[in-house]
Amino acid sequence: MPDTLLTVDHLKKTYESSTGVVEAIGDIGFTMRRGELVCIVGPSGCGKTTLLKCIAGLLKPTAGSVVLDGKEVTGPPPNMALVFQEYGRSLYPWLTVRGNVELPLKHKKLSKARRTRLVEDALEAVGLSHAGGSYPWQLSGGMQQRVAIARAVAYQPEVLIMDEPFAAVDAQTRADLEDLVRRLHLDRGMSILFVTHDIDESVYLGERVIVLSKSPTWVQEDLHIDLDPQRDQITTRALPRFTELRTHVYEQIQRAKRGEATRPVG
Amino acid sequence: MTLYTSTVRRPPQRPNLWARMGSSILYAIGVPVLLLVIWGVWGTIAPAKFFPSPLTIAEAFVDTWIGPAFVTDVLPSLARLAAAIVLAVVIGIAAGTLIGLTRWLRELLEPLLEFFRAIPPPVLIPVFVALLGVTDQMKVIVIVFGSLWPVLLNTVEGVRSTDSVMTETARSFALTPTERLFSLVLPAASPRIMAGVRQTLSVALIMMVISEMFYSSSGLGFQVAYFQRNYLIAQMWSGIVLLGLIGVLLAVVFTIVERRVLRWYHGIKEVERA
Repeated sequence: MPDTLLTVDHLKKTYESSTGVVEAIGDIGFTMRRGELVCIVGPSGCGKTTLLKCIAGLLKPTAGSVVLDGKEVTGPPPNMALVFQEYGRSLYPWLTVRGNVELPLKHKKLSKARRTRLVEDALEAVGLSHAGGSYPWQLSGGMQQRVAIARAVAYQPEVLIMDEPFAAVDAQTRADLEDLVRRLHLDRGMSILFVTHDIDESVYLGERVIVLSKSPTWVQEDLHIDLDPQRDQITTRALPRFTELRTHVYEQIQRAKRGEATRPVG
Repeated sequence: MTLYTSTVRRPPQRPNLWARMGSSILYAIGVPVLLLVIWGVWGTIAPAKFFPSPLTIAEAFVDTWIGPAFVTDVLPSLARLAAAIVLAVVIGIAAGTLIGLTRWLRELLEPLLEFFRAIPPPVLIPVFVALLGVTDQMKVIVIVFGSLWPVLLNTVEGVRSTDSVMTETARSFALTPTERLFSLVLPAASPRIMAGVRQTLSVALIMMVISEMFYSSSGLGFQVAYFQRNYLIAQMWSGIVLLGLIGVLLAVVFTIVERRVLRWYHGIKEVERA
């Protein structure tokens, strides 16, 4: 496929521990096309974060490979941006909001004017134009996560990776932030890989939902979400199709937890 | 977290700045003034040779320190102190950063550093005198050697405990090592470093006095010791007062710098308390 952006191939990750070798990721393989929004869900403790760190080049897989845009990932690739769950520890409190968003752009060879434009544009995209001069710790949790998203947007990555980004914010803020992610995807055509443990969130956000098995992890199902791209917290979530899909994913996760699903061969 | 609410939070602005400053100054000098008055009255009622009245000391202060002694004794002492503080802070932060970031170096040096820190610095004066003679260099080195440890060890501690998520953020955005040092590692360690600098300042002042008390023929520490040996009690006390004032001045300058450097840190604390 010419428009394949990300290929994860037979990825395996084991840890040495005092009780022997722990197999965190058994064998994960999937591809992601350019401009797609893919959600990854799985039972807790299934190695979602480990998978993400391998994809982001922060951890070295034991076997297998990650290829981004035709290049094998061996360290953090320059065309990828990450949004962490712990926004409070991911933003630098000694920098203002603007400073945080601008920081990763400093070593990209951009003119000052271009950099400022990118920063302002990213802040605008997340609805924080008014807060550029504030410090992150003066903002609410949801706003802080918006700053982290703005930082990733300004970086202009090929792919945006989000690791349970809304797990630590309240439900209403969460809905707003989900819509923000949908908007970034639709308006800016951003490719987003979104990891979550929330089944509803994965179905609401994703065009595809990849369901992971429990550890040692493999891909249990790769599900196409055939909902309209224009989604809405009220109407979309009330659709019968939405309910069907979330029930389906829910059952898959339950099966994964019980370890009923069988591991594919190869 | 209870820390965060939905709007932009700013530290509370208290009204009436002048009234507040006035009252805090009143509070700050109230007790010292009262003590001086009691001391003065006591001194007139029951004169004691070793505790002259504050007025006598004030007179001695003007006679002793405002004049040529300021140039021959006070300024050189202060110059050595300043040079030594700059050296100690720069060496402490530079070496501390290097040691904190290099695991094998840290493991190699930590016992040694603890040992050096445990040596009471004044006992090294004879060694440095033997090596360098009674020179300005010797005095500066003695001050540096005594006051280096707090800032060095605190920097090591601060640098090595950089938050893991902040580090991963820097890695994922491919920050260069220099950017990582100046945008992440040093700012993150700065509260610890400043705590070390605060201790370094007070140790440095002590070491300045001690370095001048032995083998020396000028300087504040020498003068105080000289007055004491010659029963110039009021002058001796005036020297002690001057040293106290220098200590206060150092603390004030430090607080101003610290407030600026750690504005974000105090801001977080204030938001947490609110």
